[in-house]
Amino acid sequence: MSCCAAGTEGALDAERAAHDLPPTDELWIASRTLDGGLRQTDLAVPGVHCGACIVSIEKALNALPEVHHARVNLSTRRVSCVWREEIDGVRTDPTRIVRTIEDAGYESHLFSAAEEAGDSEQKALIKALAVAGFAAMNIMLLSVSVWSGAEAATRDLFHWISAMIAGPTLIYSGRTFYSSAFRALSRGRMNMDVPIALAITLSYIMSLYETIHHGERAYFDAGVSLLFFLLIGRTLDHIMRDRARSAITGLARLSPRGATVLTEGGGQEYRKADELKAGDRLLIAAGERIPVDALILNGSSDIDLSIVNGESTPVTAGPGRLLQAGTLNLTGALTVEATAAVKDSFIAEVMRLMEAAEGGKARYRRIADRAAEIYAPAVHLLALAAFLFWGLYDGDWRHAITIAIAVLIITCPCALGLAVPVVQVVAAGRLFASGIMVKDGSAMERLAEADTVLFDKTGTLTLGKPRLINRGEVDQAALEAAAGLAAYSRHPLSLTLKDAAAGDANRFSDVQEIAGSGVEGRDGTGVWRLGNRAFALEGSELADDDNSTGTETVLSRNGQMVAVFRFEDQPRRDAQAAIARLTARGFKTGILSGDREAAVAGLAARLGIRFWRSGLTPKGKVDEIAAAAEHQHHVLMVGDGINDAPALARAHVSMAPATASDVGRQAADFVFLHESLSAVILAIEVSRRSGRLIRQNFAMAVGYNVVFVPLALAGFASPLVAAVAMSSSSIIVVLNALRLSLGGKKNLLDNTNPASTFTMAPAE
Amino acid sequence: MTVLVYLIPIALLMGGLGLAAFLWSLKSGQYDDLEGASWRVLEDDDKPAN
Repeated sequence: MSCCAAGTEGALDAERAAHDLPPTDELWIASRTLDGGLRQTDLAVPGVHCGACIVSIEKALNALPEVHHARVNLSTRRVSCVWREEIDGVRTDPTRIVRTIEDAGYESHLFSAAEEAGDSEQKALIKALAVAGFAAMNIMLLSVSVWSGAEAATRDLFHWISAMIAGPTLIYSGRTFYSSAFRALSRGRMNMDVPIALAITLSYIMSLYETIHHGERAYFDAGVSLLFFLLIGRTLDHIMRDRARSAITGLARLSPRGATVLTEGGGQEYRKADELKAGDRLLIAAGERIPVDALILNGSSDIDLSIVNGESTPVTAGPGRLLQAGTLNLTGALTVEATAAVKDSFIAEVMRLMEAAEGGKARYRRIADRAAEIYAPAVHLLALAAFLFWGLYDGDWRHAITIAIAVLIITCPCALGLAVPVVQVVAAGRLFASGIMVKDGSAMERLAEADTVLFDKTGTLTLGKPRLINRGEVDQAALEAAAGLAAYSRHPLSLTLKDAAAGDANRFSDVQEIAGSGVEGRDGTGVWRLGNRAFALEGSELADDDNSTGTETVLSRNGQMVAVFRFEDQPRRDAQAAIARLTARGFKTGILSGDREAAVAGLAARLGIRFWRSGLTPKGKVDEIAAAAEHQHHVLMVGDGINDAPALARAHVSMAPATASDVGRQAADFVFLHESLSAVILAIEVSRRSGRLIRQNFAMAVGYNVVFVPLALAGFASPLVAAVAMSSSSIIVVLNALRLSLGGKKNLLDNTNPASTFTMAPAE
Repeated sequence: MTVLVYLIPIALLMGGLGLAAFLWSLKSGQYDDLEGASWRVLEDDDKPAN
């Protein structure tokens, strides 16, 4: 039971986000009341992946006295926890549940109502599908008897039973199509559901008429099995449907709810974030996020600016520096003066950008909808023409309407309805097996169109974490001393040092962290300092000798240099190969980074990327993508940070590594789990193949119409012909889609080097 | 052919029972977590926890 060390990813997330828990009131409101003083809270826990995760969360929660029972749902990555409103007369504090999950190493949060709505709709579709399947099988059974020669009274009896099964089924299972067709028509538009609704209704009415008049041709089986096949397509489509996800809520969680304000009289007062105004003086403790854009008045600290520029290495900031809302104050307490209200601050601007970008993406019209727009009117005109022609030709209007309905049934877009979702479900399964998660079916359609790939630098082209690169040059004892001191700091470079060697933190006493500078500690041999050059070598002539190119940390004893540790954020191991392959396939590649020009230029040269932009704000990235879109380029954006989120949402299609920030992962259409960038190529490859298969399926569906429509027009479409034609075309379309997972597997695997795809270990 | 009078209702009833069973299992949440169920099989939670 150790597919993964319990909650490694979750722990990382929790550490990175340092997010505040939902307050008690919010949890009370979000919980549902059950009988007997019980309440149920459902929480999303994105970090669970295996049996061990289920056990550790359930064990931790069930150990709490207020928890009645807790159950983890691994498929939806949720925990539902039923708890008592009060124990021994004390009102329960539901934040304890959230904190317990947090302590078990998993991040959890409340999810929105929109996500739940999607689930209930899916359940309704499956129920409709079950009913339609039951009805289709029973009616088919009766129809086979009719086709094999049931006569007169027996045939009428079978038709009547079929009619009685079909009627309620059409109403119950056909609701989806009726309501969707009605919505489209009432807005004066056409969609695929209009011919469907028309065909199943008219065929039922005509068959009922035939049955009453002891006729031979009843299409109950055709109508209901049509419904069954279409519902399969619709259900698969719904599984692939974008779940109204929005990264905006994730962003909102990054802005603090309030801040401590220094009042005129010198007192302190906690105010809600939206009551803060420009000119207020705020106290920001270490570990807090900056609530509004502000100027530092007092104090110095390391600030995590990753929300602005995507860089993981913090920046040292002192008085006079302007800080953007949403940045994280890591080490020292600060007094700042607000320069803008919350709604005019940086994070609000990023949220507005996101909103605009997500709205723009909703306008993308899926390939099935575009096909329907041509197909539906054509079919209706054809049926109308057949009706008029036969009516005028032999004057038998009843015969004419029979033929028109037969045309509608034959042309009913059954294979068309399956053509897209089956391929996309198979393709998503194929990608999932290679560690790529697809958020939305239309994303694959969009990815197949992409011709330009723009990357973020830190965390996407590189691993996003500093690595010690001169381990061989430094003395082992010095490394151990540094690791011991580093244990006292939360600075990312310290964390890297701590992981690099086993240091003994206990050998130091009087340890203090000097914000924005480093750590100081004392042992038997003297005073040790670990930090930036100016701090560690204070008073020495080497203090100003900063000729280093990369990031460095200096260890000193009594002011004498002991060792210099150099760090570098390394490119992903196969980044260069991936870029080369993309270029070979005719993609334009580029870098959009928030980092300094020198760093970006260096990496671009190393990877052979000609187009790059540095020092971009989130808005700058969006503008670059918009500019590319204006030149008719379809941009695939690959990024990970919060600062990339608006660009990810704005781009035609987007990907993020699983190590990305929560907001970045939510904004992206694809998330790849492995370290290797070849996932980008694999995703493009599979999307293009599935695009080809979708077009083949369309061609087959149309070809089938070309063969059978003349039969219907000529009046030869008996119920048997209709049933055979429809089932066979649907089955052919499904089989063609399955080729994606069977055929060509070898070909696709050649593109992913398994050694680099399936290891998460860092390149040494 | 009178046998049909019995056979058809029986066939429909049995099919209907199957449908009802499926709808019930769907409603009682048996398909909610297929992935989790495959892991839970391996848990021996019927033994006393140590």
